[in-house]
Amino acid sequence: MATTVTGPSPTDVVLKSLRGSKVDVKSRLFEAALLFALSISLLFLVVLLADVLVGGIGVFTDRGMGFLTADLSSLPNIAGVSQGIVGSFLMMFFVVGLAFPSGIGAAIYLEEYAKDTPLNRFLIVNIRNLAGVPSIVFGLLGLAIFVQALEGFTGGRSMIAGGITLAVLVLPIVIITASEALRAVPESIREAGFGVGATRWEVVRHHVLPIAAPGILTGTVLSLSRALGETAPIVLVGAVTGFLATGDQSFAEQLRGPFVALPTTIFNWASLPQAEFRANTKAAIIVLLGVILVANALAIFLRNRYERKW
Amino acid sequence: MRESGEGMELDLTRVKEGETGTRADQAAPAGAQTQAEVEQMPVFDIQELSVYYGSFRAVRDVDIPIAPQHITALIGPSGCGKTTVLRCLNRMNDLVETARVEGRVLYHGVDLYDPQVDPVEVRRRVGMVFQKPNPFPKSIFDNIAFGPKIGGFKGDMDELVEKSLKAAALWDEVKDRLKESAMGLSGGQQQRLCIARCIAVEPDVILMDEPCSALDPIATGRIEDLMQVIKKDYTIVIVTHNMQQAARVSDMTAFFTAEVNEQQDRRTGVLVEYDKTEKIFTNPSNERTENYVTGRFG
Repeated sequence: MATTVTGPSPTDVVLKSLRGSKVDVKSRLFEAALLFALSISLLFLVVLLADVLVGGIGVFTDRGMGFLTADLSSLPNIAGVSQGIVGSFLMMFFVVGLAFPSGIGAAIYLEEYAKDTPLNRFLIVNIRNLAGVPSIVFGLLGLAIFVQALEGFTGGRSMIAGGITLAVLVLPIVIITASEALRAVPESIREAGFGVGATRWEVVRHHVLPIAAPGILTGTVLSLSRALGETAPIVLVGAVTGFLATGDQSFAEQLRGPFVALPTTIFNWASLPQAEFRANTKAAIIVLLGVILVANALAIFLRNRYERKW
Repeated sequence: MRESGEGMELDLTRVKEGETGTRADQAAPAGAQTQAEVEQMPVFDIQELSVYYGSFRAVRDVDIPIAPQHITALIGPSGCGKTTVLRCLNRMNDLVETARVEGRVLYHGVDLYDPQVDPVEVRRRVGMVFQKPNPFPKSIFDNIAFGPKIGGFKGDMDELVEKSLKAAALWDEVKDRLKESAMGLSGGQQQRLCIARCIAVEPDVILMDEPCSALDPIATGRIEDLMQVIKKDYTIVIVTHNMQQAARVSDMTAFFTAEVNEQQDRRTGVLVEYDKTEKIFTNPSNERTENYVTGRFG
């Protein structure tokens, strides 16, 4: 009898030890710091968006979609972004036509075919470095090569020169994202293909590419939205002084002629002294953000559409 | 014994589309010969095989003749090079850039590592089932059909798929869902699908690299039963960590172990003993084998 009268029961002892005694200060602090980091970045984003929306929305309420269809003008109340939109879209054809095939092709070569030699490792490091090179450097390259050296083909400060410059700019990004998508394909799938007597081409064509396609697609469309927003390189190549010809010129002449794009329109208007152009600038930013949003939404849609489809 | 295979000339170099996959002319019909003759004519004759990964020698001096229509098990502790040896038999090690092979792997008398031999052709004759089930993320039907299709198969694909799935004892479970994704199958079903995929290209040999290590005992039992059935038609080489499995399923067993390499402080695999499975497990001639199979080591 005497043994059980005093002292806590074993259950109480276990319960007490399981409860824990002290508040975990370190975890709480760490969590708070992470939350702070998140709110800082969100804060800047929200302030930027709010400023642009408040300043620019008036243009749309006053003029409706007329702002989108109007040409450039020195009069703020009739100036619009139609040439910028057309210019940006035309340049995207160069990015899609040049950077996508060669970038994806390069990635397939590097990931599936290239041997692990010092030369190839050197190449890969340099492609990664190229992706980090400031875009203005690509602008200078475009100016030297596509505008001056290849003037006979591009027509100088032209849409072609700008488009190729942007294609070269996003090329390393396309290679890197496509490489990552290919690397994410499990090695066991390749082994399975080789195991039934497939050649490397058959393994890549039938198994690796279909599995990597959603990832490649997402990466390439995201690089497209990067190209859409780039300003410095095409300003250097000549968009800032240009004026996209519309009307009676043929398409080929248009491509070899002066050009503008959405970001350069923004850049132009922002530097004008008239106060009314400030609202136009913000309205043009809304248009550009809208276009980029559509491109990103497309990337997500395509990824979901083709992911695990068989 | 090694000279006997030399007379059989086998063309493993790349042949034109449509001419592949005829198994009849590759292997001599085993039924026509006595048991002794069959044993004298190994499918594979591994001679003084050493494999290096870069400067590291993973396995050295392996000599194993592998008899047709037999199940040969490669057993031993981790890192003893069994999988490395297995992967030499269909030149899967070619996919590892640093891998280098010394010695000879004769397949019906032809050295697989002869520069004229096309590894793609080798792999059509020597199929492989991997440790982890690795179906293609496609339909069950497409999983089976891929190998024959790229091999130039012109016949009735539905029939071939059915035949292959039946041979792998999977047909009854999947016949109503051939168009569904193979990823929806259980692990054991996926592994049998991989065996069916392998059978569909009508290989001569099936290599199995620990095919049951990711499966539960019931699925393992089904695969083992399956091996006993298909060994009538195929030569099977299996790597296994599971000694009971080797004892249950195999006819011949090769025991490997790892020796510490003084120079590099890395372990090099060596073949300790190769004999009939019964002998290896009941009366091994090498002490190291005995220690391993009785559980005193490893």
